[in-house]
Amino acid sequence: MDGIVIIGAGECGTRAAFALREAGYSGAVTLVGAEPHLPYERPPLSKPMNGAVEMKLICAKEALEAAAINYLQGSSASKLDADAGTVTLSDGRVLSYEKLLLATGARPRRLACPGAERALEFRTHAQAEAIFARVGAAQAVAIIGGGLIGMEVASVLREKDVDVSVIEAAQKPLGRAVPQRFADRLHARHVAEGVHFHLDRGVVAIDNDGVILADGSTVPADLVVSAIGVLPEIDLAEAAGLATGDGILTDTFLRTSAPEIFAAGDCAAVAQPGGGHARFESWRNARTQAGTAARNMAGAAEVFNAIPWFWSDQYDLGLQVVGLPQPWHQSVVRSIGDGELEFYLDDGRLVAAAGLGIGNSVAKDIKLSEMLIAAGVRPGSEALADPDMNLKALLKSTRAA
Amino acid sequence: MTWVSVCKLDDIEQEGAIRFDHGSRTYAIYRGPDDSVYCTAGLCTHEAIHLADGLVMDFEVECPKHSGAFDYRTGEALRLPACENLKTYPAEVFDGEIRVALG
Repeated sequence: MDGIVIIGAGECGTRAAFALREAGYSGAVTLVGAEPHLPYERPPLSKPMNGAVEMKLICAKEALEAAAINYLQGSSASKLDADAGTVTLSDGRVLSYEKLLLATGARPRRLACPGAERALEFRTHAQAEAIFARVGAAQAVAIIGGGLIGMEVASVLREKDVDVSVIEAAQKPLGRAVPQRFADRLHARHVAEGVHFHLDRGVVAIDNDGVILADGSTVPADLVVSAIGVLPEIDLAEAAGLATGDGILTDTFLRTSAPEIFAAGDCAAVAQPGGGHARFESWRNARTQAGTAARNMAGAAEVFNAIPWFWSDQYDLGLQVVGLPQPWHQSVVRSIGDGELEFYLDDGRLVAAAGLGIGNSVAKDIKLSEMLIAAGVRPGSEALADPDMNLKALLKSTRAA
Repeated sequence: MTWVSVCKLDDIEQEGAIRFDHGSRTYAIYRGPDDSVYCTAGLCTHEAIHLADGLVMDFEVECPKHSGAFDYRTGEALRLPACENLKTYPAEVFDGEIRVALG
């Protein structure tokens, strides 16, 4: 077989398959997915409705057929031979390709302590179902890891009135991805909702009673969820001799070190204009990188330069972050109704923004911020702090100038 | 056609939208850059997200979660992941008030 082969049928691989057709590619497209389902969306997994975890498909079977995408469900790639241009599947089939996209995603980082196998991980639909099926009978749930996934799961469980403890090795939750101001506010909300925090505590073991911490105490739990981050799936690429680091290394066109092999989504560490490589774990990034990789595989030469963006819903609060806020940025805060925006300036230039409010109330302003960042504006901090200074008007005056 | 009164024109900013709940359903009411008014179903066709929380630019509204976009005059889905068009309803300004026909 020739044409383009995509390894991984999550948000990224699936989007790339369709984007190849949108770009006019008419050769064979093969999409290889390890899970025993049609491609599905992961964001709804942490928001079960009436206890049932939703299986929201990215596309219907008919849509795959209409786009002539050959979907190999329940198959994974076991070997990649970059010189021969072939990939071997778990069932022994060998596919040859003109171009290959690695959209292998990420897998949960494993706990390494006695009893670690007792902890449930949260990544796939099956894992989400396993957790929520057991929640009903559980008296107390301990979540190891106070990152975005751990805190989102905590909020869902508190809404079901389950006793929840969050164990975090760092001194504060949400330290990695969320700006300090909003990490603090979300932390306070979880405390107000009755979540028990065990911060700055390592995990020594998990047993029948719960989680044993480094200080000798036990967090009682009859269900333990491990949410200590993810690792990029690089094994296939590494074994094939491709350049890897924290992810499969690519250039700005999303090409790996091997000719004709691209990488995108959670598994890809993409060369940055300022040097180094960056990997982003978000729904939007999976889709935008899929689009760029697909168009480049179809013959374009498009640099990936989308501004990172993600959201997180916890209780009735919605967080959105665009760009990469850093502690050294100048921060400007604006109050908006029930919520708050924070803008981040680097030497006067707007480079990032974040907002937290009820529901999706900050979405408009974060979208406008994204457009202002892309326009390279240098707004005064007084204007940014002033709720009466309309960001849309600011954008229009920038465009007119 | 039965008209339902929504709000005053000036209750919506130019190039803006509000959520309007009526009966058991939810709608989005828009005021365009030229003060024309429109009404669509309130929820994005990709996932049940209120479009009135999204950014309105010109005659386009963008879903606040997944960035799908629609032309709110026609309901046409303009950008993925939205691919199904929005239902639209007649809307007009009468005596300074926006009213819509939801029948």
